[in-house]
Amino acid sequence: MRAFSAQVRAETFMTLRRGETLLLTVGIPVAFLLFFTTVHVVPTGVRHPVTFFVPGVLALAIMSTAMVSLGIATGFERGYGVLKRLGSTPLGRPRLLGAKIVTVVLVELVQAAVLVPVGYGLGFHPGGGSRTPGSIATASLEALAVAVLATVAFGGLGLALAGVLRAELNLAVANGLYLVLLLAGGMVVPVGKLPAGLGALARVLPAAALSDGLHAALGNGASVPLEAWVVLAAWAAATPLVAALTFRWE
Amino acid sequence: MPAEAPTADHAVIDCAELVVRYGPLTAVDRLDLLLRAGEVVALLGPNGAGKTSTVESLEGYRRPASGRIRVLGLDPLADHRALMPRIGVMLQRGGVYPVLGPRRVLRLFSAYYDRPRDVEELLELVSLDAVAMTPWRRLSGGEQQRLSLALALVGQPEVVFLDEPTAGVDPEGRRAIRKVVADLAAAGVGVLLTTHELDEAERMAHRVVIVRSGRVVASGTPTELATTGAGESVSFVAPPGLDVDDLGARIGAAVSEAEPGRYRVDAPATPQLTATLASWLAERDATMTDLRSGRTLEEVYLDAVGGTGAGTGAGPGDGIAGTER
Repeated sequence: MRAFSAQVRAETFMTLRRGETLLLTVGIPVAFLLFFTTVHVVPTGVRHPVTFFVPGVLALAIMSTAMVSLGIATGFERGYGVLKRLGSTPLGRPRLLGAKIVTVVLVELVQAAVLVPVGYGLGFHPGGGSRTPGSIATASLEALAVAVLATVAFGGLGLALAGVLRAELNLAVANGLYLVLLLAGGMVVPVGKLPAGLGALARVLPAAALSDGLHAALGNGASVPLEAWVVLAAWAAATPLVAALTFRWE
Repeated sequence: MPAEAPTADHAVIDCAELVVRYGPLTAVDRLDLLLRAGEVVALLGPNGAGKTSTVESLEGYRRPASGRIRVLGLDPLADHRALMPRIGVMLQRGGVYPVLGPRRVLRLFSAYYDRPRDVEELLELVSLDAVAMTPWRRLSGGEQQRLSLALALVGQPEVVFLDEPTAGVDPEGRRAIRKVVADLAAAGVGVLLTTHELDEAERMAHRVVIVRSGRVVASGTPTELATTGAGESVSFVAPPGLDVDDLGARIGAAVSEAEPGRYRVDAPATPQLTATLASWLAERDATMTDLRSGRTLEEVYLDAVGGTGAGTGAGPGDGIAGTER
């Protein structure tokens, strides 16, 4: 337990110390939220753009932390020989992985603690403000479940890349994927506004499923569509498995 | 120079017929190694001799193609979890979070172990107290090596593996590392180190194991190695360019100039030979500055890794049998 909590503290310390990580995980989502709700450049098709963008940037925040931040940091740790060195300590892989997961969740809580108040400040009303306390509770639980599945799916994806690619290449691929999924993942541009072919492809990717789920639960007040559950669950099952099978520790 | 041979007779590393392969390449080829508690053994050999592959097999990083390994009586792969708390590892390079300073990373590692050494005491031991908060990436090469060494010691290990511990370290740092190694051995810890520097092997190790192409080609204490074949050869230093054929004829044995000014006589060191040699040199007004029976460790080493194979057998009383194949 002492080893685990020390590892969590070290991982959190290092994550929060990386300026580029904070920019990616907090800075960019906040900037997007402020920019797109003020400057109406994206046709969201809803009456209050903030209702679209709060769930959208929450989705972006989850993807940034679970896939990009975790993946890039782990890739460099592999490149620096840190993971190899840890292999000959009593820490062990389960505790190392556990500490990384806890750190991702902690960062996500920080992101939510920043983004949600900013959203409310911009006039965000979950479900357009016409919800009963009971439906808000249900929607929150659904949103939480979507977030957990997406964290697993994106975390697995980040680790799968980090486990096979050279650190620098991993950095480039993770950032490229981030950009593509940002644009084609329903985070700042509704998937419905994409060209038909691209939209169809986007719907089977985890990013659109995540933002669809959050849009439904937090935005328009509908239930999370079954399709989003299925896509997210499939990715959440597949990517950690691929990572576990292909990860090279040195 | 190590003061004395180890007293404990308890084998902490017992490795027999170790074979490590990378695809078609055989990195380690039926290597035997024995290390007792309180003993310092240096694996000495050129780059690519299989030193690191051997050490990493003992640490549980490699799955050997064949052979038997016991470290503290345990199998490094099958008994990985039981073994890790009891060994200390210094990798050849890196292995530390670049943004963490010595104090922070030592505290982190100390949390992995049940009975860790005191972090402040360790910082002082490796003289890193002044840079305790400097991130790893900003430490000098020598400081990084000393931090890696401290990390290998933090868990109070019973066996320590040091892969090239003095590489890139300045003379003062080397002395500090030698002191740490000597203290470990005195406390009964078994130390296996690798190096390609003869001087370091000679100064730190009780026993030197010379490897080439994944095989042990010679082993013994530095003295044993240097005196191997001492009965048959004498070396001396004198002005270069002497007429070795004429000297050989006078002595009645082959004389060669191994390098300018360093001569070797293939004959036993007898009072007769010394006298003949001295008078022959006196006739030529040549001064002899060094005379020794046997060879330097460097000669033994170059002989062994050069593959000439002559007279490189294990020394007497050595724990390793069958070093010549």
